[in-house]
Amino acid sequence: MRLSRRGAVFWPPAAVGAALLALWYLAATYYDKVLALSYIVPYPHLVGQALLIEPASREQIFTGLGRSAVVTFTGLAISIVLGTGWAVLMAQARWVERSLFPYAVVLQCVPILALVPLISLLFGYGFASRVIVTVMIAVFPMVANTLFGLQAVPRAQRELFALHGASRRDRLLKLQFPAALPSIFVGLRTSAGLAVIGAIVGDQFFQRGNPGIGVLILIYASRLSGPELYASIVTAAAFGVAVFVFFGQLTKLAVGRWYDSR
Amino acid sequence: MSLVRFDEAGLTFGNGVTALDGVSLSVEAGEFVTVVGPSGCGKSTLLRVVAGLEKVTGGSCRVGTNQLGYVFQDATLLPWRSVAENVALPSELAGQPRTQRAEQTQRAINLVGLDGFEDALPGQLSGGMSMRASLARALTLNPELFLFDEPFGALDEITRQRLNDELSNLFLAQGFGALFITHSVSEAVYLSSRVLVMSGRPGTIRASFDVPFGYPRDPDLRFDAAFGELVGEISHALRLGHR
Repeated sequence: MRLSRRGAVFWPPAAVGAALLALWYLAATYYDKVLALSYIVPYPHLVGQALLIEPASREQIFTGLGRSAVVTFTGLAISIVLGTGWAVLMAQARWVERSLFPYAVVLQCVPILALVPLISLLFGYGFASRVIVTVMIAVFPMVANTLFGLQAVPRAQRELFALHGASRRDRLLKLQFPAALPSIFVGLRTSAGLAVIGAIVGDQFFQRGNPGIGVLILIYASRLSGPELYASIVTAAAFGVAVFVFFGQLTKLAVGRWYDSR
Repeated sequence: MSLVRFDEAGLTFGNGVTALDGVSLSVEAGEFVTVVGPSGCGKSTLLRVVAGLEKVTGGSCRVGTNQLGYVFQDATLLPWRSVAENVALPSELAGQPRTQRAEQTQRAINLVGLDGFEDALPGQLSGGMSMRASLARALTLNPELFLFDEPFGALDEITRQRLNDELSNLFLAQGFGALFITHSVSEAVYLSSRVLVMSGRPGTIRASFDVPFGYPRDPDLRFDAAFGELVGEISHALRLGHR
């Protein structure tokens, strides 16, 4: 039997998912019946229950997710503005690029963990510090990809604009920026994924204040509450996937008309 | 005053490569001048000097108009803009009002026979249609001097000949002066009122041929004995210069 196109997209991953679920049940049974450690690998339906039915854990997890989402999108928004601005500045002249690019690399290379105590001293343990960590993790792909896109404009197109005496502003807005959009979106997708990681990691670094999904994971792990732990991890993963898919679709909407992005 | 006048012009790049040496030529209003030469002989540099993208380092190049049209080697359309938006670009950059722009754009699109494709994206066009769009873009500002940098080199022979016919008609109708670069001798003879032979390293003009056929030109001129003879003569000069 031939699968329809939609079916071909849907069925194979669904089958793999079902197989993984079956494997999970198998492992859970083993941990429950043989090792008597059911909280290490809880049954999937108990995880589902903790996530969707149990009011206490459900509310905790979704509130935590909400807080982490706010950190993610705030950090991502700052990364976009900062990264694009930084790249546009560097695209103006070689000497600006030479002066500023090393610091983007430094920011990318500095071990965030080493800065955590300093950041908490400077900005406390709350929202601001979490956002700072998120930006530090997420900003580099925005800078690098935008800069690459702005500079990768074909020579003939640049000369076309030079020929007609285009102003710097026209050149940026009508040539470099649209030409860079595909690679800006590549950066955006990467940064978005990193922002999710940054928000969760930042949450776990600072811990105090309102718990996000990262802190919840730590709490559930220390309490040995398996189903809640798994439910919060699944939620964090689903959030990451949702963000990735969202920016993938956004890319198609923005440049798919003229640029084949895959 | 000539549209372009090179006097003993030379150009040596910063890396020591001499692209042009002792080049003298001129293009008058209503003249179609073609430069033929092997790849890398400095033909394109010649156009880039006229367009202001390069500067001569010896002698002089004077351009007698600021209404230039430039047609690049490949169509150089912006892939995110529709055909109409691409054609409108020069007038947009020149800051012309929207209504005037729309009118000029439509006129240029009609001139090259792309009406009906205004909203198509460059990615949807064939090579020939892309070149037409590129031609239309250069036509919008009513150029007095048209510069062509091997515009039809990448097209198949049939499309190329058809576009040559249309360009010849445009030349007749619009009355611009043209400086055309190609390495096809028959294209050069078919289009031009004068053909210059260039040789490379460093680039200089070797010979000049007046083309005695009047306009409008009949596509069958290509099969004329006199046409073939002239093509042969120029090809010969080209080979001598290239030794």
